[in-house]
Amino acid sequence: MNRYTKQRLFGIAVRAAALLVVSVMLLVVSVTLARGGRVLLADPAIVATPPGSRYMLEGNGGFLHAVLGSLFIVGPATILSMVLAVSTATYLQSDYSSQRFSESVNMFLNVLWGTPPIVYGVFVLTIIIALGAQTSLFFGIIAIAIFQYPIMTRYTDEALRAAPDTVRESTYGLGATRFESACMTVRAAAPGVIAGLIMGFARGIGDAATVLFTTGRSTRMPGGLFDAATTLPVLIFDQAMSFNPEVRSHAYAASFVLTVVVLGLIFISKILAGRYARYTPGG
Amino acid sequence: MTQTPLTTENLSVTYTGDREIEAVKGISIGFPANRLTTIIGPSGCGKSTLLKSLNRLHEIQPNVKITGDVLLSGNSVYNTDEPTPEIRKQIGYVPQTPTALPVSIYENVAYGLRIHGDYESKTDLDEKVETYLRKVNLWEEVQDRLNAPGAELSTGQIQRLCVARSLAVEPDILLCDEVTSALDPISAESVEETLEELKSEYTIILVTHSMAQARRLADEVVFLYLGEVVEANNVQSFFENPQKERTKHFIGGPTPVESDSSTKLTAATSPTADGGENMFTGAGESSSSEEQ
Amino acid sequence: MSADTERLFQRARLNHLGKRLLTERLSSYWLTAAGYLAIALFAAITLLLFYRSLPILSEYSLAAMLTSANWDPAQNSFGFLPAIVGTIYVTLLSMVMGIPIAIGAAVYIAEYAEGRIKTILASFIDVLAAIPSVIFGLVALIVVVPFIGTYVAPLFGAGTAGVGIFTVSLVMAIVVTPFMISLSVESLESLPDELRETSLGVGATKFETIRSVLLRAAGPGIFSAILLGFGRVFGATIVPALLIGGQTQLPDSLFSTGQTLPTLIVNDFGELMSLPLTQSALIFVGLMLVVVVWLFNFGAMLFRRRLQRRWQYS
Repeated sequence: MNRYTKQRLFGIAVRAAALLVVSVMLLVVSVTLARGGRVLLADPAIVATPPGSRYMLEGNGGFLHAVLGSLFIVGPATILSMVLAVSTATYLQSDYSSQRFSESVNMFLNVLWGTPPIVYGVFVLTIIIALGAQTSLFFGIIAIAIFQYPIMTRYTDEALRAAPDTVRESTYGLGATRFESACMTVRAAAPGVIAGLIMGFARGIGDAATVLFTTGRSTRMPGGLFDAATTLPVLIFDQAMSFNPEVRSHAYAASFVLTVVVLGLIFISKILAGRYARYTPGG
Repeated sequence: MTQTPLTTENLSVTYTGDREIEAVKGISIGFPANRLTTIIGPSGCGKSTLLKSLNRLHEIQPNVKITGDVLLSGNSVYNTDEPTPEIRKQIGYVPQTPTALPVSIYENVAYGLRIHGDYESKTDLDEKVETYLRKVNLWEEVQDRLNAPGAELSTGQIQRLCVARSLAVEPDILLCDEVTSALDPISAESVEETLEELKSEYTIILVTHSMAQARRLADEVVFLYLGEVVEANNVQSFFENPQKERTKHFIGGPTPVESDSSTKLTAATSPTADGGENMFTGAGESSSSEEQ
Repeated sequence: MSADTERLFQRARLNHLGKRLLTERLSSYWLTAAGYLAIALFAAITLLLFYRSLPILSEYSLAAMLTSANWDPAQNSFGFLPAIVGTIYVTLLSMVMGIPIAIGAAVYIAEYAEGRIKTILASFIDVLAAIPSVIFGLVALIVVVPFIGTYVAPLFGAGTAGVGIFTVSLVMAIVVTPFMISLSVESLESLPDELRETSLGVGATKFETIRSVLLRAAGPGIFSAILLGFGRVFGATIVPALLIGGQTQLPDSLFSTGQTLPTLIVNDFGELMSLPLTQSALIFVGLMLVVVVWLFNFGAMLFRRRLQRRWQYS
């Protein structure tokens, strides 16, 4: 086989690979949207209806409990995680720590990013058992926050490093303290920081393994911080395994909602990054 | 008001790290009040290093060692209990790259005032912002869009914004680090006009690599070579009657200083032209191979 | 300003300065604590999981548990072998299926696609990398399972309903591929054009350039991408839980049902909460997962450094 044939074959192979990936993905997305859309069109209220008393067995009512559960868990978790992520990332900059230190911490963060989410679930579960507490919304928040933290810190760290150094020089030149200068640098890095926040939120919303063991997989509306709850991904997981076709059809609907939310978040993050770019020094 | 509010005392700056480089070697000079002093010299001679050491700006980088002292109105800058933010408030610094902070035009100017708490009320702050924007001749251009992002201004406007921002904290001394080097001739001209107007009110120290600019703006000139002061004099004497050989070599022989410094800029005298006039014999400004 | 007012102003400023310095001091403590948080988290996870695994480890020998094929917590039988084997099969199979496709598609996007197609494609893949795996699992139940049950398995002589190791591997390959593509594309794009120019300049074909030059230069980055994909498959919980069938014996073919380490935890979660020994056993599973993934990660970092040195370009 001469070189040029190899070249041609290779070209075909890579195109085929790309095509395969794209078609499979399109298949997944369209099946979800089509099936889910059909169910929702027939009965859009299920998103906003609380589940009936035998919801998982009979499919009466809707899955509002999971929608709220997702919001009440991932929302606070993202805020908590963001505060910690920005703080850590700020400390890793040259004003506060040495390069060696920040390299080691980044190494640990990378390892934590690659940790399977089930580990975080088991970790928090171990804490729950040790405290003699119950699985609840609260521990779901903690678990998701721990899960999001490495992702958001790495994003924020990259964003802070990319911020122009002249902002530091300018603020110090005006007599700012180290903290004041750091605040301004974070502002300068806003697009990247926000992108990290959205990415963290999107991954948090989509994760089931962390909350599977920590929130209690409840089938009722979330009552309070220390009540059991469930989230959309866990709900879909439970619904998918149900014997009741009605319940399974709700799974498609819930998937629709989840997919739309995640896709929407990514879309928003790209737009927001664009808007804040007006303010960043250097364009 | 003392005659030389800012003086250095055997000031040395050494960069440690992979190699030790002594960038500023035991300099003791004074900067006269209400004058614009330029520090000139070939690239790498320590001009910016010297400038930044005047308000302890080196402390934001690692691997810098400083000995000696700087005195502000007789008070030590380095050996003092006064917190560094306060020192830098009195000795302000404008960097070379025009940098708008990632906030609105208004907030850029107000930044220094806010952090130092130098205002009584919102109206007071509004007034101050307007005052300083007027001082740099920016008010007319931006008064309708104070809430627009600072980064949307042109480079020249941003640099003037930086000067306004620095002035707002009312420093005694203003350090300008090659503030027109990154600008096109038109923007540079507007910044120079601003500095010209300010120099009787403030003590300005300007680092520049342009001889033409020094000739236009300076009242006093300090010539730095490889970290040492070769010659320092008022601008007239410096250019018309250079004393040292090296100075003569650097400026290419005695030349008359233009008495009216507000002459229109032409291409030949633009501040960013790298010694385009035929004043340089031998080596150009960037290569010091022939310097003794 | 009169001297009195000036003095007042000065004193007020002094108070303001005092506040700022206090903020500086306090923020410094907080930020330092935050700086050590990642390390603390890492240590906490390791220690806590290890501590809680001790009961089962002191009760049974490690070697016995790892080689026994009998998993029956109710009977105090803790044989992890089926789950271990299942996990290994799934991971290997997914990687074998996913890696070539991921690299191929990444090469296409980075080196062949142009203009709008390239941007759209790249964004599309980025977005898809964020889709939750549970959705892939659900679609797989509808589409893949019947397909495998009716068409593929009989080809290989296996009689299965469509769930099993092969199904899980296939779906997991689909799940991690976009993610690996994204990272690989990034690696390839960050290579300077000079590399391509140098190779093509001596008359190499595009294929030869990619094979010998670019893939080597981007090798460390692609390696990291694959490693992260490996981690995701190894620790995957939802997709296997939905699709693997839950059998607790050793799998005898690629199409049989089985277990993975994560599904052990999911399936026996109820017993975990009530039987202390099971609790410890399942926590130990968590420890095993995290130790393997972390060892791979750290090892890969060292290996990647070696790769970078070997395949460096100026």
